[in-house]
Amino acid sequence: MAAPVIEVNGLSTRFGTVVVHEDIDLQVAQGEIVALVGGSGSGKTTLLRQLLGLAQPSAGTVRIFGEDIHQIDSAQLQRLRNREGMLFQQGALFSALTTFDNVAQPMRELRALPEDLIRDAVLLKLQMVGLSAQDALKMPADLSGGMIKRVALARALALEPELLFLDEPTAGLDPALSDSFVALIASLHQALHLTVVMVTHDLDTLLALASKIAVLAERRIIAYGSAEQVISVDHAFIREFFLGARGRRALQVLSHAATGAA
Amino acid sequence: MANLAIPVTTTVSVTPILRSDPAQPDLLTASGPWQVHALTQAGVLARLDAVLDGTGNSQASRMARGWDLTAISALDHIGAQWLWNAWGKARPAKLTLAPGQDDFFQRLEQANAGLIPAAPPTHSVSIAALGSVVQGFSQHVFGLIGLIGQFMLDMGRFARAPLLGPWKEISANVFHAGYQALGITALVGFLIGVVLSYLSAQQLHTFGGDIYLVNILGMSIIRELGPLLAAILVAGRSGSSITAQLGVMRVNEELDAMLVMGLPHGFRLILPKVLALAVSMPLLVIWTDAMALAGGMVAAKLELGLSPHYFINKLPDAVPLANYWIGLGKGVVFGTLIATVACHFGFRIKANTESLGAGTTSSVVTAITVVILADAVFAVVFNGVGF
Repeated sequence: MAAPVIEVNGLSTRFGTVVVHEDIDLQVAQGEIVALVGGSGSGKTTLLRQLLGLAQPSAGTVRIFGEDIHQIDSAQLQRLRNREGMLFQQGALFSALTTFDNVAQPMRELRALPEDLIRDAVLLKLQMVGLSAQDALKMPADLSGGMIKRVALARALALEPELLFLDEPTAGLDPALSDSFVALIASLHQALHLTVVMVTHDLDTLLALASKIAVLAERRIIAYGSAEQVISVDHAFIREFFLGARGRRALQVLSHAATGAA
Repeated sequence: MANLAIPVTTTVSVTPILRSDPAQPDLLTASGPWQVHALTQAGVLARLDAVLDGTGNSQASRMARGWDLTAISALDHIGAQWLWNAWGKARPAKLTLAPGQDDFFQRLEQANAGLIPAAPPTHSVSIAALGSVVQGFSQHVFGLIGLIGQFMLDMGRFARAPLLGPWKEISANVFHAGYQALGITALVGFLIGVVLSYLSAQQLHTFGGDIYLVNILGMSIIRELGPLLAAILVAGRSGSSITAQLGVMRVNEELDAMLVMGLPHGFRLILPKVLALAVSMPLLVIWTDAMALAGGMVAAKLELGLSPHYFINKLPDAVPLANYWIGLGKGVVFGTLIATVACHFGFRIKANTESLGAGTTSSVVTAITVVILADAVFAVVFNGVGF
């Protein structure tokens, strides 16, 4: 089996006297979609930022594609980051640039691709996330929440990443838009053979997309595995999250869909 | 043209390769990783273009050839796009693909429907551009007048019920704009006093007018330089921070949240800032005056041997009290102007970073310009007063 794309060993995080993570281990294999879930303040986003190298853990190592991202030099880190894409929760589009320029920015930054190739590639990316060429010249301030997410996803995919991070990919989208966004990510995952790590609160997104679920609670990962495996773990948070009224509804829909598909 | 006879399928390469087989000159084979990071290595794209040019420049001759992509070890959309563009955005008749590669070209076939709409042309000089400059300027003027009108109404409301006024905000703003500016105004005031004293002392010394140094320093600092220095420093410090703060509040929708909660912008944001600067600016003027005179006094002692005792005794005779009041009045007016201009630009910021930067810059520039304009008006109006 190939080496894991992400390998976290003994990671701990402390802010002052507050311990957020304690001795976390996590492995993500190529092609998996791993969802990080946990209550508010359980350190999901912090963990995501540490995987991206935006924050430094207090202890432990984070290996992406086999390289310890807190040890390697900046040139290596840059090469590594060219293989990753990140979808921020609020999109984090450059508000001074148009939609087109936002998606073109990572390609232009390579300083090798000719402009006509970039133009075609950007239009393709916009098309892949369901935007038309008419939207290309709009400024981020003129876009709706769903469109911002789509543009941000197109930008995250600009350099054909092997590893995609998603922070709350469907938060703030209406259910129909959220479903189409989930379908979009699923189809892109299929087409581009991505490895995806996402943070989400949305059970529908979680169950529809994730091949593995990591549950963060009490400063550690209390369960890591498929939805069935995670649900079978007996823990207050898991009971509340998956087996509450909302969770049961979502699971029901999922099992219906599974039997329908079979 | 590359003429290597090695069977293409066995070559393991780290760069994308395109070549025609000498045995079959009509067949182009691509191999290696055709992915964005491989393609953007130095010289790779140029090499590929050269091979492409070698096959004939016309689109038709490229299309007529056979293309074999089965040896490509990894393909992505950028690599596929390069090939697609080389084919003139259509499938060549004789195309051999490996399993899975077809998906990329199917997506490309669908993607080329749309074209970016052209941006409207911009002319550097035109009647419309001139019109928009005039329009922009009049918008600023009307906006400022509206702001001042609203401020007057809010002052009326404040005067009717002073106990319900935004005292906390006023006090916070006095602290930020006044107290926290004490250090920088003291430093700059003292140094300007030293500089001015040295310059004047040398000139006065040449014709024996040493004792008039007190007159020159006193008049210029108390009437002009003290208020102006304090105003410029405050415009740079507090003016920019007011504009940036309001701008970020706009970006974060805090301004909208205030309106929804029934907190009017004028009464809760503008009034406290304007009042706080109107109060703290004259105090800063006194402080700057004192520091600049102290600096001048120290330099006078060192340069001319003028004793501080003489300096302080001479000051009330040299500078009539009216100048002091003019300086304080300037402080009030300058403070009001700076806060008003800063608020005006703050509320005009749109929800993007570029607008935030541009708004803050124009706020500070305009505030300083307006202060100097007002200073000129003071000079004309109080011509002959206090000499």
